[in-house]
Amino acid sequence: MQEGNIVVKVCMGTGGIAAGGTAVVSAFREELETAGVSASVEKNCTVHNVGCRGFCARDVLVDVIVDGEKTTYEYIKSDMVSRIVEEHILQGRPVEEWVVKDDYHTFHEKQVKVVLSDCGEVDPEDIESYVNRGGYAALSKVLTTMTPEETIGLIKASGLRGRGGAGFPAGLKWEFARKAVGEPKYLICNADEGDPGAFMDRSIIEGNPHSVIEGMVIGAYAIGASKGYVYIRAEYPLAVERLKIALDQARRKGVLGDDIEGRGFDFDIKIKLGAGAFVCGEETALIASIEGNRGMPRAKPPFPAQKGLWGKPTVINNVETLANVAYIVRNGADWFAQFGTEKSKGTKVFALTGKVKNSGLIEVPLGISLREIIYDIGGGIEGGRELKAVQTGGPSGGCITAGMIDIAVDYESLAKAGSIVGSGGMVVMDETDCMVNIAKYFLEFTQAESCGKCVPCRIGTKRLLEILERITDGRGRPGDVELLEKLSNDVRSASLCGLGQTAPNPVLSTLRYFRDEYEAHIHEKRCPAGVCKNLLTYSILEEFCKGCTMCARVCPAGAIVGEKKKPHKIIEEICVKCGACFETCKFKAIKKG
Amino acid sequence: MTVSITIDGRTVKVREGATILQASRENDIYIPTLCDDPRLEPYGGCRLCLVQIKGMARPVTACTTPVSEGMIVETTNEEIENLRRTIVELLLSDHPNDCMICEKAGDCTLQELAYFYNLRENRFYGERRQYAESDGNPFIERNMEKCILCGKCVRVCNEVQGVSAIEIAYRGFSAKVCPPFEKDLDCEFCGQCVSVCPTGALMGKLSMGKGRQKDIEKVESVCPYCGCGCNITLHVARNEVIRVSSRPDSLNEGWLCVKGRFGFKFNSSPDRLKHPLIKRNGRFEEASWDEALDYVAQRLGEIKEKHGADAIAGLSSARCTNEENYLFQKFMRAAVGTNNVDHCARY
Amino acid sequence: MQETLEKILRTYHENEGNVISLLQEIEESFGYLPEEAINWFSEQLDIPPSRFYGIATFYSQFHLKPRGENIITACCGTACHVKGSERLINSLMRELQIPSGEDTSEDRKFTVEKVNCVGACSIAPVVIINKEVHGKMTADRLMKEIRKIK
Repeated sequence: MQEGNIVVKVCMGTGGIAAGGTAVVSAFREELETAGVSASVEKNCTVHNVGCRGFCARDVLVDVIVDGEKTTYEYIKSDMVSRIVEEHILQGRPVEEWVVKDDYHTFHEKQVKVVLSDCGEVDPEDIESYVNRGGYAALSKVLTTMTPEETIGLIKASGLRGRGGAGFPAGLKWEFARKAVGEPKYLICNADEGDPGAFMDRSIIEGNPHSVIEGMVIGAYAIGASKGYVYIRAEYPLAVERLKIALDQARRKGVLGDDIEGRGFDFDIKIKLGAGAFVCGEETALIASIEGNRGMPRAKPPFPAQKGLWGKPTVINNVETLANVAYIVRNGADWFAQFGTEKSKGTKVFALTGKVKNSGLIEVPLGISLREIIYDIGGGIEGGRELKAVQTGGPSGGCITAGMIDIAVDYESLAKAGSIVGSGGMVVMDETDCMVNIAKYFLEFTQAESCGKCVPCRIGTKRLLEILERITDGRGRPGDVELLEKLSNDVRSASLCGLGQTAPNPVLSTLRYFRDEYEAHIHEKRCPAGVCKNLLTYSILEEFCKGCTMCARVCPAGAIVGEKKKPHKIIEEICVKCGACFETCKFKAIKKG
Repeated sequence: MTVSITIDGRTVKVREGATILQASRENDIYIPTLCDDPRLEPYGGCRLCLVQIKGMARPVTACTTPVSEGMIVETTNEEIENLRRTIVELLLSDHPNDCMICEKAGDCTLQELAYFYNLRENRFYGERRQYAESDGNPFIERNMEKCILCGKCVRVCNEVQGVSAIEIAYRGFSAKVCPPFEKDLDCEFCGQCVSVCPTGALMGKLSMGKGRQKDIEKVESVCPYCGCGCNITLHVARNEVIRVSSRPDSLNEGWLCVKGRFGFKFNSSPDRLKHPLIKRNGRFEEASWDEALDYVAQRLGEIKEKHGADAIAGLSSARCTNEENYLFQKFMRAAVGTNNVDHCARY
Repeated sequence: MQETLEKILRTYHENEGNVISLLQEIEESFGYLPEEAINWFSEQLDIPPSRFYGIATFYSQFHLKPRGENIITACCGTACHVKGSERLINSLMRELQIPSGEDTSEDRKFTVEKVNCVGACSIAPVVIINKEVHGKMTADRLMKEIRKIK
C-alpha cells in the first residue's frame, strides 16, 4: 500500500458528534493503530474530521476512501469500526450492509453545491486542506488584479442577494458602504442564526469556516473596512471553536491581519458571542449588542451602511452570503448567475426538516420546484402520510400548501405566495400537524423574543398569541378570525423592526390557506389534525382492547382502569390528554378525536 | 440650509436635518406622540407618530425620519389613524383602568389619546402586567403597571442627568423600567423622570391625593434655592403648594433638581420665618423691618468706629441673584469700607 | 471570589471587552450573575449597575439566580416542536419534580431550560444534557439518561 492512499472521513458536525462521532473517530484511530503494528496501515491512513455534509439524519456518516475509491457508510457506531477496518481496509471488502443505499445518492443528485461544495471534504480545522481545494485563491486574485470597485462590480454582476432573510443585493450594499464617508469602516458577519428550524450558518462555519473568512476579507477589501466582527450565537460552541482555530491559522498564513499577502491591506476579525436574543439578528439590534448594549433595534434611516457600528459605515452580511463570495470570484459572475432565475441568482441552502424522510441540509439552485425538494431530495413524506404544507422562512415566513407543490422556490414566487425564502428553514408538515397550533408555536417564539421597545410588537404579539391560545384551547369566540387578521395587519404595518413586521406572517399565511381549520376550532371546538389537547378526547375501543394493561401503566394521571385481559376504560375527568396511551397501544384500540 | 417639503398638502420650508415631527410642529401640524420629547434623543418606540411618505411602502415614524427635499408627507389618513387607534387600544389593554382615582387624570397623555380615539371598549383585553411591590423611597411614587415603556424617564436620567439610576430591564411584554435588581429607587431624586412621564407611572409622592387638575392654580415663580434662578411653576390647591413643575420653554428647559422640585414644603411650614427677629435678653423676639434694619446699621457703625472697618466681614449667599450679590459687595466696600466680602458658593 | 473578579477584570481590559462579554465571563465563572460581582464591576469600571441589570435581564443566556448542578436543555426549535419536544419537557419536569413556573429543582441538582433551536434539526428532538447533544430523543431514553446522573 502506498502512503496516503487510504483516507477515512468521519462526519463531525453537531449532528455527527451527537450521534457518537467522537467515539467513532477514536475507534478508527485505535483500530488502525492496533492493526498497523504489522500491516503499516496506520502510517498510510489518515482520519479526518470533516464538517457537516447535510444528511445528518444518517449520522455517523463515514467515508472510507481506498485508492481514490470512496465508500460511504451510514449509521456508524464506534463498535462497528473494528469490522470496517478489518474487512474493508485490511481485506479490501467493503461491509456492504452498512454502505449507504440509493436514497443517499438521490438525496444528493438534484443538489447543486456551491457554498457546501467543500463542506464534508475539507478538514475545517486545517487551513491547508482548504487551500488545497483552491481556497484563498480568490483573495489573491482580488488583491493582485482587481480594484475594490471591480470587486463590487463582480458581485453585483453575479446577482448575489443577501441570504439572511431580506434578500437585499449584496453588491449594492457593499457599494453604499464603499461610498459612505467615515473611518474606519466595519464588516460584520451575522452568524446569529436564530430562526428555529434553520442551521445552515452553523453547518457552514463548522464545515468550512475559511470560506466565510475569505469572503469577509474580500468584502472588507471591496468596501474599505479595516475591522470585522463575526457575531455568532453562543449556542453554537463547536462553530465558535472552529472559527477561532480558523482565524488563528488565517492570521499565521498572512491572509488575515496586517499587510495581507504583502499588499498593504489590513483587516482583522474579532468574534463576538451573542448572548441569546433572536432580535439581535436584526442589523441595528446586532450593532447595539456588539456595542455592549441591550439588543434593541433603532429606526432606519440612517442605514448601517451610512451610520452603523460606533456611528461608522458598516456592512452586515449573513454567513451564507459571505461564503458565496470566494466561489463567485474564483469562477466568475456568469458561472454563478447560470444557477437560479432571472431575479434570484445562484443557489440557496435550505434546512429541510419536519415530516420528510430525508431531513438535512440541502443546497439547490433557486427556482427549483418545491416538489423536487420534497419528493426527489427529501424522499417524500415520512410514514407514507400526506403532505399538508411546507413552512418556509421560519417565524417570519409562511406556509406553502400541498396544492402549490410545483411553486418555484425563489424570492419572488415565495413572496407572492405569502411566504419568504428567509434564512432557509423548510419544515415539512403532514395531515397530523395542526396549522393553528403551528401559528401559535411561531407566535410563542416571536412574542418571547420581542425586545419590547415598540408597542405593536410588545403588546400586539402578546394579544395575537392570546387569541391563538384561546382558539386552540377551545375558548375561541366568533369574530376571533377577523380580529386576528386585523391585528396581524396592524402589527405588521406599525412595528419598528423586521421582527415585529414579520411576526404576524405565520398567522396571516395560515389564515389565508387554512381558514377552515381555524373555524373548526372556534365553531365546532374541534381540531381536525388531532393536535390541540383541549379539543381531544381519548377513548378505548372495546372490540380492539386486549386488556394488556400497557396503556394503564404509561398513563401519568392514572386515568385508565380495567382488569387484566378485559377491555379497559379511560376516565375522562382524570385524563390529561397527553396521548401516551395512544402511542403505546399496539392494537390501535385507543381512539383520538 | 433649508429644504422644501409638502406636509398634508402644504408646501413648507424647513431646516435641513430636521425630523418630520419637528417640521410639522414648527408649522403647527399636530402629530400625536408618547415617547417623544424634543429635549431627548428620538426613540421611535410608541409608533404613534407614524406618517405616510409618498413612495415608501410602509409608514415611518415622524420622530426619527429626517426631511429631504421634495418629500411628500401625509400625517393623517384613514390607514394611519387606524394604526394609531390600534396602538392606543393595545396600550390600554395593558393598563389599569383606574383613571377615576389616578393622580394623573386630567394631565395624562394616554387618557387624552383614549378620549380622542373614543376608546371605551377594548378588543384586546388580556393578561395585564401586575406588580405587587411598592417603592419605599421618600419622593417618587412608582406605579409600573401604568408604565407604557416610552423610555423617557430612562433617557432623561441618562442623557440629561447623567445618573442612570433606572434602566429598562427584561424584554418584550415583561419589559419593565426599574432600578438595578429591582430595589427601591436610590438616586438624587431630581424627579426629572416624574416631569417627563406621560402617564401616572411616575408621580411625586408629596402631591398624592392633594387635588385634581381642575382645582390647581398655576403660579409662575423663580426657584429660591440657588443663584441659577430656575423658572418654576407652583401648583397651588386650597392655598397650598402641592407640586412644583417647570416649563420646557423656560431658560432651564424645564429641568430642576431635587430641591427645586420636591423641596417646597417649607413654604407652608409653621416654622417658617415671616418676620425679622432680634435677640433680646437671650431670646429671639419678633421685630418690624424698620426696627431690624436700624439695629443692624447702628451695630455696624459702632463696630466700625471702635475696631475699624476690617473688623467687619460679609458673607453672601448662593441663593441670591447676581444683582443682589453685586450690591452686597458694593455695600461692603463702599458703605462699610472693607474688602472682607465673600460668598458661600466659593467653597 | 475576589481573585476571580480581578482575573475577569484583567481579561476585560486586555480584550477591550464590553458589558456583555464581561457578564458572559461572570456567568461562565460562577454559573450565574451574583449581585456582589455586578456591583463590584460597576464600581471598578464606573458603569452604572442599572446598565448591567438591563443587559443581564435582556439576554436569555444570563441568570440572576444560581442554577442546578446538571443543566438539561431541551431544544424547542420548529423541527423539535413538531417531533414532540413539549412532551419531553413535561416528562422531565415531572421526573425531576420541578415546581411549575420554576426551572430548577428544589435541591438545586437539576435545571431544565428551553432553548430556541440549537440547529440540529435533522436529529430532532434534541436534548442537551450537560453540554452533550442527544438527538432523536424519546421520553424513555431521556429518563434513562437522567437516572444515570440522578
